[in-house]
Order: sequence, then structure tokens, then C-alpha cells
Amino acid sequence: MTTAILVSILMTLVAASTPILLAALGELVTEKAGVLNLGVEGMMLCGAVAGFAVAFSTGSTMLGLVAAMAAGVATAMVFAVLTLSLTANQVATGLALTIFGIGASSLIGAGFVGRTITRLGPVFPAALSEHPLLRAVFGHDIVVYLSLALVLGVSLFLRRTRPGLILRAVGENDASAHAIGYPVIAIRYAAIAFGGALAGLGGAYFSLALTPMWADRLTAGRGWIALALVVFAAWKPGRLLLGAYLFGAVMTLELQAKAAGITWLAPEFLAMTPYLATIAVLTMMSLGRRSGRLNAPACLGKPFSAS
Amino acid sequence: MTSIITRRRFNFGAGASAAALPLLGAGARAQAPLGVGFIYVGPVGDHGWTWTHDQGRLALEKEYGAKIKTSFIENVAEGPDAARAIRQLAQAGNQIIFTTSFGFMNPTIQVARQFPNLKFEHATGYQRADNVATYNARFYEGRAVIGTIAGHMSKSGQAGYIASFPIPEVVMGINAFTLAARKVNPNFRTKVIWASTWYDPAKEADAAKALIDQGCDMITQHTDSAAALQAAEQRGVFAFGQASDMKAFAPKAHLTAIVDDWSGYYIKRVKEVMDGSWKTGDVWGGIKDGMVKIAPYNDAVTPAARAAADEVTKGIVAGTLHPFTGELKDQKGTVRLKAGEKAGDELLSKMDWYVDGVQA
Repeated sequence: MTTAILVSILMTLVAASTPILLAALGELVTEKAGVLNLGVEGMMLCGAVAGFAVAFSTGSTMLGLVAAMAAGVATAMVFAVLTLSLTANQVATGLALTIFGIGASSLIGAGFVGRTITRLGPVFPAALSEHPLLRAVFGHDIVVYLSLALVLGVSLFLRRTRPGLILRAVGENDASAHAIGYPVIAIRYAAIAFGGALAGLGGAYFSLALTPMWADRLTAGRGWIALALVVFAAWKPGRLLLGAYLFGAVMTLELQAKAAGITWLAPEFLAMTPYLATIAVLTMMSLGRRSGRLNAPACLGKPFSAS
Repeated sequence: MTSIITRRRFNFGAGASAAALPLLGAGARAQAPLGVGFIYVGPVGDHGWTWTHDQGRLALEKEYGAKIKTSFIENVAEGPDAARAIRQLAQAGNQIIFTTSFGFMNPTIQVARQFPNLKFEHATGYQRADNVATYNARFYEGRAVIGTIAGHMSKSGQAGYIASFPIPEVVMGINAFTLAARKVNPNFRTKVIWASTWYDPAKEADAAKALIDQGCDMITQHTDSAAALQAAEQRGVFAFGQASDMKAFAPKAHLTAIVDDWSGYYIKRVKEVMDGSWKTGDVWGGIKDGMVKIAPYNDAVTPAARAAADEVTKGIVAGTLHPFTGELKDQKGTVRLKAGEKAGDELLSKMDWYVDGVQA
């Protein structure tokens, strides 16, 4: 196998991981604030369709990315109003949000079926990535670099900053945080909005970079993988990055193995390997003494009303 | 217990006839539109399999206007759950219901038993009843045409095939494609990736990239989105569209496409319901019947490939060429068809072996 092929596999791997990483990172922050939003798939789809619609209408993929984040936030706000202001059940609302997102994106996207746009291209000039090894570093599009920066940013924010500490406090013990004067609801609104923005961006990565087109249910269930990934990563951004790339690697290598003619492994077995890996990691984590309850924020999924 | 079931059945039957009553009265027949229902496995917006069936539905509306009323349910999961969707269309007063995926076979039969007065048509299945007909298209004929082009135009002699599930229809397509390509280039090889899905654009694109990485310069697919074509366009290799003309997605890569056209069949069958001549049956139409079409060639298709592909199309229409003609051996060297023998539909519809040159 030549270097060029190895680099090509690496590029595919990174591209396949990026939308999952983004959506999962947004969900991680949301969950750290104590809110369980199962509507990731719906928010991703709304981002995907809004991103495509704007990129198609204006010819600018950058505007498309911005629109996707806005659409993600708008969808997330539906969830926030229902669960925070009206204290609706978070699980049921999240599931409803996914179903709503599928329908809404299909409706908005109906006029864009069969259209194409220019794919989101590499951010550095082509001259920099002529050599395969350089391409592995400089050949990616802006969203890939942005996603890496966001992982670092979120990690530092949660661990090293005061607002990050407050956000975690809200997720661990909302009543105490409220008692010492922090606006629990407002902080959760902000966390949900952040989660929506990143889910929207992750969704737009499908329609603007991976497959520059609009088609119904374009994300094909990646939102659910993102949700699993947050648990897989035990709510730690660094481990989330590792997990997302591991998922991407398994998905990519599965296809490469088939293309290379490895036929002694059943295709059905290869297709289930990402999920086997999830179960294995969850089992290992649950067996660990320190992380017996998987490190989940204590108030995750519980409604809060300041009374 | 038996009597309860019988009563329930009776009630179902009564409900169905009540729904059908307005259509049975001779006077009412002129005004009340004929209900035509469709069950789709994917989204109408897939630009592939489901989209082409919906094009058939739209052709019906254009043909009959106010005389019919069509409705559809999309994204219906295959298997037992589909029965609910089919029943819903039956109870809504539709007179004929088309269920358009292999996995709807058992639910269709099951619901059809409860509504003996309604007509059902199941695409790509093999179970029939007095009120259930089946229909399918000979996609393998189109595969033989694009295989010929691939054989002529592939420099590496390797094509990548993104396949969904190892059912006879897909296996048949892989074999027809490979056989046609090997007639041109005896060393031609087809690498198959089982995507284990009909529809997952990102995975389809990644599969195409993996195949290109492994040396394939022709990409063909039996999955429903245009994502693989876009990947081919990006990497500068050639590809073929599936189910509909997908040129818009990959103007350079798209050489041609196998186009499904169900409209003629739908128009004919609905007409038969209208004039009362509908009977159950089994239709397996190909290029000759207009159910399978070849999209216009890309300018990149070489004159030699073009001529050879046209020759194959003409031969199939004239009945002088059958894509599966002996002597035909499978991968293990077992003779499946004797020299000169043409494959019957029985052999095709149960195909579970690969011809030489397939890596699956």
C-alpha cells in the first residue's frame, strides 16, 4: 500500500469523523449543563438543509455554514422553550425534536432535490498539499480545523474557566447553583443553543462537504452515533475526539477491507464492528471502579424550576 | 376463538366494501375519483428508487387528472410494521395499492387477505394472490449495457460496485455487469462493497472512495443516492447513475445511467382497474418494454464503447442477445449454464452465486 493510499484513507477517516465529532461536542456541553437533548439528529438535518439552501441560493458555502448553525440554534430553541420554560419531559421532547427535524428538513428541502453546489474545498492553497504527507496536514477544509479548535476550546472552557465551572455546577447540582445565585435556566438555554449550533454545523458538513447535495435523511442516523459517543467519551472532550476518530476509522476501514477483497470476514460482521466497539468500551468503563456511574452529570435529564 | 377471528375478518371486509361503495355505484363512478395508493421504502427526495416510483405516480395524475386520486406514504420500514401503512391506505378507500419494495411482500399479502375487494401490486416480489399482482424490471439488462461501456473504458480493468444486500436482484446485476465487461476485457474484475443499506449517502460516498483507493476507475452502484457519483467526480474517475439520470450530480463522471420507468406500467394497470379488466399476474419488463432505459451518454463515452453498448441494447430488444448465455461458470468453476443455453427466469430469480471476475 502506497503512502498516497494511506493518506487518502486518513483523509476519508477524518472527513467521516468530523460531523459526528461536532454534533457530539455540542451535546457534551448541553449534557454538562444537565440537559439531555436527544434531538441531535433532527437539529443536524435542519442544519444540513438550511446550509444547503443558503449555499445554493447565494453561492457561498461560508454563508451556508453560518445559516446551518443558525438553523441548529433555532431548532434547539424549540427544545429549550419546551423543556426549560415549560418543564416538558426532556427525553420525549428530544425524540419529538428528531421527528420534527426529519419532517421540517424534508419540507424545506423539497425544492432542492437534485441540485448540486460546489463542495467545501481545502482551506490551504493546493500547492501546499501536493505531497501526500503534507496533504494529510494541510489538505482539509475549514470545518475540520474548526472542529479540532473547538475540542480544545471546550476542554479548556470546562476545566480552566470560571464560566465553565459554573456550567458544570449547574449540571451537577442545579438547586445549589440556583441557591448561590446562578441563573440556572439562562445557562441551560445557552448550553442548548451551543449544542444546536454545533449539531447544525455537523449536519451542514454532510450537505456542503461530504455529499454536496440535499437528499432526505442525509445524515442517516449519525446523530444517534453522536449521542452514543458522548457516553462513550464519559463526558470528556479529549476522549470525545479520540472516540469520534475511532468511530470514523472503524467505518472507513470496514469499507477499505471490503474493497481490498478481505472476504473471509462477513460484511455483516464488519458492519456491526462500530457498535461492538461501543459495547466493549461501555462495558470496560462500567467495570472501572472510579467511573461506576459513567461520570454522567448528576442532574442530567432532570427538569428544574426555580421555586 | 375462531368465530372471533371470523367476525373480525368480516368486519374488515365490510369496512372495505363500505369504503368502496361510492365507486361501485354506476352513477357515482363518474364523479368519485379512483383511489390509487403507494407505499415507498425511502424518501421521495432520494432521487433514486423511490423517486422513480413517485415519477410514475405523477405520470398517473397527468394521464387521468381528476378521474383518480393518488396518495402515498414514504419512508415505510420494511417488514411487519409496513402492514399498518398498507392497511391505512386500504382503509382510506384506495382501490389499488402499489407497494414498492421487496420487504413489503409479506405485509402486502397479509393486508390483501383482509381486503379481498381491493387490488394490490407488489414490486419485486414473488408471492401472488387473486388480488395481488407482482411486477419488476429487468435491471440486469441495463447492467449489461453499462458493463460493456466499463469494459471498453476502464484503464485499470477494475470496477467498483457498491451493493446493498446480497439478494438475487443485486447478485444478478453484479454478474450481468461483470459478464458484459469481461466480453470486452477478459481480465476485467469487479470489486464489490456491501454497504448493508439502500440509502446512506455518506457511507455510499466513502465506499466509492475506498474502491477508488483500491484501484477502481469505474464506479457503479446498487444503492439509491447520487453520493457515489459525486465521490467519483471529485476523484476524477467514471461512474454510472442508478435508477434515474444523475448527470446533474456529476457532469464529468456520469457516463450514463440505468433509468427505471414505471409510468407505463402504472398507467396500464390503473386503466385496467377502471374498466374492470384487472387481473393478478406477474410482469418482469426490460428495455424492450420501456421499463428499463439507458440515459443519454456522456460526451466522454468513446465511439467504440458507444457502438458496442448500442449493439447490446439492440440485441436485447431484438431478443438475439441474452446477458446470461452459456457457457457460464461460477467462481468455483461449476458450470451453471451449458454452451448456448440462455438463463431462464427461474435461474435468475434465485441467483446466489458469482461469475468469475467478481470479488464479493
